[in-house]
Amino acid sequence: MKTPPLLNARRLVFWSAYLALLVLLPLAVHKGYWLSLLCQIGINTVFALSFNMLLGQTGLLSFGHAVYYGLGAFVTMHALRAINASSLHFPITLVPLVGGAAGLLFGVAFGYVTTKRAGTTFAMISLGIGEMVAASSLMFPSFFGGEGGVSSNRVVGGKGLFGITYGPQIQMYYLIAGWAFLSILAMYALTQTPLGRIANAVRDNPERAEFVGYNPRRVRFLMMMLAGFFAGIAGGLTALNYEIVTAESLSAYTSGLVIMMAFVGGIGVFFGPILGAALITVLQIVVAGATAAWPVYFGLIFLLVVLYAPGGIAGILLEQMKLWRSGELRRLWPSYLLALVPAVILVGAVIFLVEMSYALVNSSQTGSSEVRVLGFGLDAGRALTWIAGAVALAIGVALLRAAAKRIAGDRYVPPLPQGRT
Amino acid sequence: MSAPALRLSGVCKNFGVSQIIKSVDLEIVQGERHAIIGPNGAGKSTLFNLVSARFPVSEGRIELKGEDITGLRPYQINRRGLSRSFQITNIFHNLSVFDNVRCAVLWPLGHRYSFFRRLSGLGDAGDRADEVIDQIGLARRRNQPASVLSYAEQRALEIGITIAGGADVVLLDEPTAGMSRSETEEAVALIRRISAGRTLVMVEHDMSVVFGLADRISVLVYGKILATGAPDAIRQNPAVREAYLGASFAGA
Amino acid sequence: MEFALISLLNGVTYGLLLFMLSSGLTLIFSMMSVLNFAHASFYMLGAYFAYQISGAASFWAALLLAPLLVGVLGALVERFGIRKAHRFGHVAELLFTFGLSFLAIEVVQLVWGKAAVDYRVPSTLQGTLFTLYSTSYPIYKAFMIAVSVFMLAGLYSFLTYTRIGLIIQAALSRPDMVQALGHDVPRIFTLVFAGGTALAGLAGVIGGNALVTEPGMADAVGPIVFVVVVVGGLGSLTGAFVASLLIGILQTFMVGMNYSFVDFAREIGLDIHSAPLLARLSLTQFAPVMPYLLMVAILIFRPRGLMGARET
Repeated sequence: MKTPPLLNARRLVFWSAYLALLVLLPLAVHKGYWLSLLCQIGINTVFALSFNMLLGQTGLLSFGHAVYYGLGAFVTMHALRAINASSLHFPITLVPLVGGAAGLLFGVAFGYVTTKRAGTTFAMISLGIGEMVAASSLMFPSFFGGEGGVSSNRVVGGKGLFGITYGPQIQMYYLIAGWAFLSILAMYALTQTPLGRIANAVRDNPERAEFVGYNPRRVRFLMMMLAGFFAGIAGGLTALNYEIVTAESLSAYTSGLVIMMAFVGGIGVFFGPILGAALITVLQIVVAGATAAWPVYFGLIFLLVVLYAPGGIAGILLEQMKLWRSGELRRLWPSYLLALVPAVILVGAVIFLVEMSYALVNSSQTGSSEVRVLGFGLDAGRALTWIAGAVALAIGVALLRAAAKRIAGDRYVPPLPQGRT
Repeated sequence: MSAPALRLSGVCKNFGVSQIIKSVDLEIVQGERHAIIGPNGAGKSTLFNLVSARFPVSEGRIELKGEDITGLRPYQINRRGLSRSFQITNIFHNLSVFDNVRCAVLWPLGHRYSFFRRLSGLGDAGDRADEVIDQIGLARRRNQPASVLSYAEQRALEIGITIAGGADVVLLDEPTAGMSRSETEEAVALIRRISAGRTLVMVEHDMSVVFGLADRISVLVYGKILATGAPDAIRQNPAVREAYLGASFAGA
Repeated sequence: MEFALISLLNGVTYGLLLFMLSSGLTLIFSMMSVLNFAHASFYMLGAYFAYQISGAASFWAALLLAPLLVGVLGALVERFGIRKAHRFGHVAELLFTFGLSFLAIEVVQLVWGKAAVDYRVPSTLQGTLFTLYSTSYPIYKAFMIAVSVFMLAGLYSFLTYTRIGLIIQAALSRPDMVQALGHDVPRIFTLVFAGGTALAGLAGVIGGNALVTEPGMADAVGPIVFVVVVVGGLGSLTGAFVASLLIGILQTFMVGMNYSFVDFAREIGLDIHSAPLLARLSLTQFAPVMPYLLMVAILIFRPRGLMGARET
């Protein structure tokens, strides 16, 4: 068999386009607000992909992945303080590696315990370890900084090479983009190695993996360490980016957020979590800025994906691409358009109802149950508006069901593969 | 004389209070094709599960090519050259046929837990996997996920994974279970091909398969070996006829 | 002596409360292989329902109705959520309950606000049962123990004397058996889920006023219940019982002991001047992480848990 080239043409195009996108994106956004958002997306992408090394690739659902991210961030911050305090000359460019090293070390320490078990037990144990670290953050204020967290300054000493100080946000952006690109490339490459493939095998069938010579526990442990390393890099980047780290970075909330990013994006495909990280980060900032009810919307989106699209956004995209290739999409798009109408009604009704609930609850404080939703002024105090909302919800659900049936009916069902070769 | 491929001495297995395997002594000669037969519930699959360390033995000792393997983990036994298939298909469902087989050759080829080398650059693993896929007749299915294969194809893949690593002692657990007549014939031809130069131990219900393939046969009844011998000797053995084969046996 | 006795009583009370939660979780997990991440959310809902009902009617009505309501809610969740997620496997089921726990907190905050609500011990149960040396033991704690023991007896007789109970018991150690028994499996699943969540609701009713009823109460107890199940051993009700009491008593004792390693050393005549931070922390400060340390220790030395029969 001939050894294929390191990057075939398609992959080369894909990765170059991705790199170009990372380089050019800041040119398209001018306001600092969007630049900060891009920085956050970059960090979360690495974090979500590192999480998916466990869930998507090795079949390990961790409820405590923020431990490696948060501890990586704290250790990086202390390293930064040490650099600031002494005349030690350590290039800031390489500081995220400190976070990676910390993540790796804690991955070794905690992974040894957690990977003793797999499946649901692993999920419980990872939660326990996460709670343990979160609880100990209150016990050791000298390291975790208590309520206020630990802060430092990423601009150290004079100008570095080419006058780069990492003071301006745009320079920080390129530092994040660079590390993110390298990390993503490395994590992708890992999926193409013997360990990466055996991790998939252990995910699918740990018993069989054991009968072809592999120790599943060892495979899980190795993947855990590597996932810890990349989560630590993300933590290191976040420490540099915000110049402050608080206990929230290793809390159950952060662990939950990374599950959401990976799962909504799609855990079955390598690039899924990249999409999820971008979407959830944007939603988190945009929706949270617009309404107090954002956690409800987040919860609903997550439950919808779990129940109706367990492949996430990436899964939906791949499905459509398959349909497009087979020419089916051409037949389907009128039905899709038709389904759009009830979908809009349904989403609108849910938003109305949720916002009205919040308005009603808050009316005791604000004195008014008036609420503006998507440009409409509504009075949440009147029964009529509630009835209208409920009716719209019911209509939306009924119509969407009909539309889904229509799409299913339109789809050509290929005969099941059968017979032998 | 070289050590036997497998030697079981005084092997027992208890589940709770019931003893499923009662002090089994068995020697499998290197290079032979050995079938284990017996009525349902005799403990044939349990015996395989003990040899391959899927279950721990309660008592006794198991040697592989003269080396004590009692109490080792399945992967350690596999690395010493023993491989097995399963009665209920046990494959990597989301991986392609090619990757299923390739995963089985990685350890024997010394690639271990490597994460510094690309799989596609490992020519030896790819070549060996393709060779096995040709052998089991799944070349056309090479890049499809294992979950879409037909039942007979999955059984073939099961055998492919079992033999790909080049183990010299191979245990097949009911390789033709649930197959049609023609599928069984293909499977028998496949087993004949792959067992050349190896030691084969199989559990099988289909008597035509057993008597067509085996050099020697052991009869397991209620967790005890009743008799071991060449097919003809087993056929003539009155105890075996009485205990197990009865009337249906005359025609085999 | 006084300290030891009172701590022991308090620890047993807390431990029994933990068992009311962990027993439901164990039953659900053993039967359905579903780890109900939202289990503590049902505990929280039990407390809030009880607060609402005891305001409108009485505490005794709440004691009866709130667990029932929570159980009905649990049945609905199983029927319309978990069963749907089941098509996609156990990870989807687990993630579904995870999303639910997230939503539950938000809904509770929306309806009852972010601050703690004034859910109080009823006046008939206020007061002191007895005074030990100088510490008074409240009636309500004795009441909690009584309810727990009553529940324990009820659970035990249900599992040993009813048909469904026997099936459930068989399934604890052999989950594959349920299918083979040929019973109406979906209905049993709904029943077990409803029963398990109702137990959690009951824990909320009697725990919500003894501790505090607030949106954070689910997250405060949820992880500890998981630890109890891991330490006790998966699928073992006895294990869950032992681990609940163990963790309940240990934690109560530690909270009351304001001793550090250094203090202890001084007591026995050693005077340590510069000790590392870890040695200067008091046991009280260690109390929150104790359950997790215990879990780690168990996993290293006895991965199956105290009484676990199942590997995964």
